[in-house]
Amino acid sequence: MLIIEWLLLIFLIVCAVAVSITKNLLNAVIIFMSYSLVMSVIWVLLRSPDLAITEAAVGAGVTSVLFFLALRRIGQMQRDNDKNKKISEASKN
Amino acid sequence: MNDGLKKFLLDFYNWVTGNGARTENEDAMTELPPVLPFTMEPDKIQSRFHEKTLQERRKDWINLHGLSVFSILYRSFSIITCVVIVGLLLITVSELPPFGDENNPANNEVIDRYIKLGGNETGAQNIVAGMILDYRAFDTFGESAVLFTGAVSVLMILSAARRKNDEPKNKLHSGFNDRNFLKRAPPIHELKDDDAILRGVASLSIPAIILMGCVVIINGHLTPGGGFSGGAVLSTALILCANAYGFKKVHEFFNERTYIFSSSSALLIYALSKGYSFFTGANHIESGIPIGTIGNIFSAGLILPLNICVGIIVAGTLYGVYALFSEGEI
Repeated sequence: MLIIEWLLLIFLIVCAVAVSITKNLLNAVIIFMSYSLVMSVIWVLLRSPDLAITEAAVGAGVTSVLFFLALRRIGQMQRDNDKNKKISEASKN
Repeated sequence: MNDGLKKFLLDFYNWVTGNGARTENEDAMTELPPVLPFTMEPDKIQSRFHEKTLQERRKDWINLHGLSVFSILYRSFSIITCVVIVGLLLITVSELPPFGDENNPANNEVIDRYIKLGGNETGAQNIVAGMILDYRAFDTFGESAVLFTGAVSVLMILSAARRKNDEPKNKLHSGFNDRNFLKRAPPIHELKDDDAILRGVASLSIPAIILMGCVVIINGHLTPGGGFSGGAVLSTALILCANAYGFKKVHEFFNERTYIFSSSSALLIYALSKGYSFFTGANHIESGIPIGTIGNIFSAGLILPLNICVGIIVAGTLYGVYALFSEGEI
């Protein structure tokens, strides 16, 4: 059990550093999501299941969805629709 | 004494006394330049003969070297700040009492009372729910009110922008309106017909997610969880539904009117019921709210309805914030 805890903690630190280092914003959000997930497992190991449920629902779910939304708003992320549109426009020209 | 030396001495004497005959070359050199006629503007002259003041030199220096010096300073100061803060936090962590020790200052008489008498006083098997919805119910009420207020203010700002855009006379000022940022952005939720994977996954997982959220909310006083986490789970189900089937599908059962009605009535029920319980408790009157047997679904007095109220508010608000920022309306 102790080994799992140590592995999770190391993964947590690696995730936290990787979020700030990575250049791609989409990757950063996904890494942040995995950070929240690992954090919720750690909450369970620390015997606070209430926090674990909240962390999994809010940290990994709602927050990441809002981040994705913000990324799409500022144009860092696009749907396949937009890509196809751009390709068709380029081919027309 | 030859002539040459005599002439040299005479010249030297004349040069020293200053009244000798001058050579032509010397005359040309000492001749004054012709005085130019006075044609320039007075302020131009001033700027021409103006010596640079200290302030101007500072400005020039900043223009030349300011950015590089600033970036060096910025980086070094940020590194210093990070190192100092990390060091302070590490020192603080090393000074903290050991984790899980029974002599920690957190283990005081409050915890003792909560653990020993909490079950009998609140009727909740999950002692955390008993704390946050019975002993500290006023805190939870404030949290729900803050969430609701945030969502309502976002709704107010964005719906004001919508109404203004509908009026043609305000089109002139639309450039100055900060609220138009949602309108200028391209619509992002154009429904695709061929999104079979997302729809298949959503049709399988949405009922399970909704069931999970309801279980977490209703069993809040028995098992881990409660209104906030269950409401967040429900809101993720709503968001998934909106992404898979479009916002129109969600509008059929959950729109702005439903949101305002459900959230404000939940807040009102919360405030009235908890206010009644606080009033009777402070005045030592029997409130008449049954606690029931610990472990049953219908037990723990007000905790079950309060959990449901909080769940409704959180689910509506989190979905509402998502819908507002992606579509501009709930």
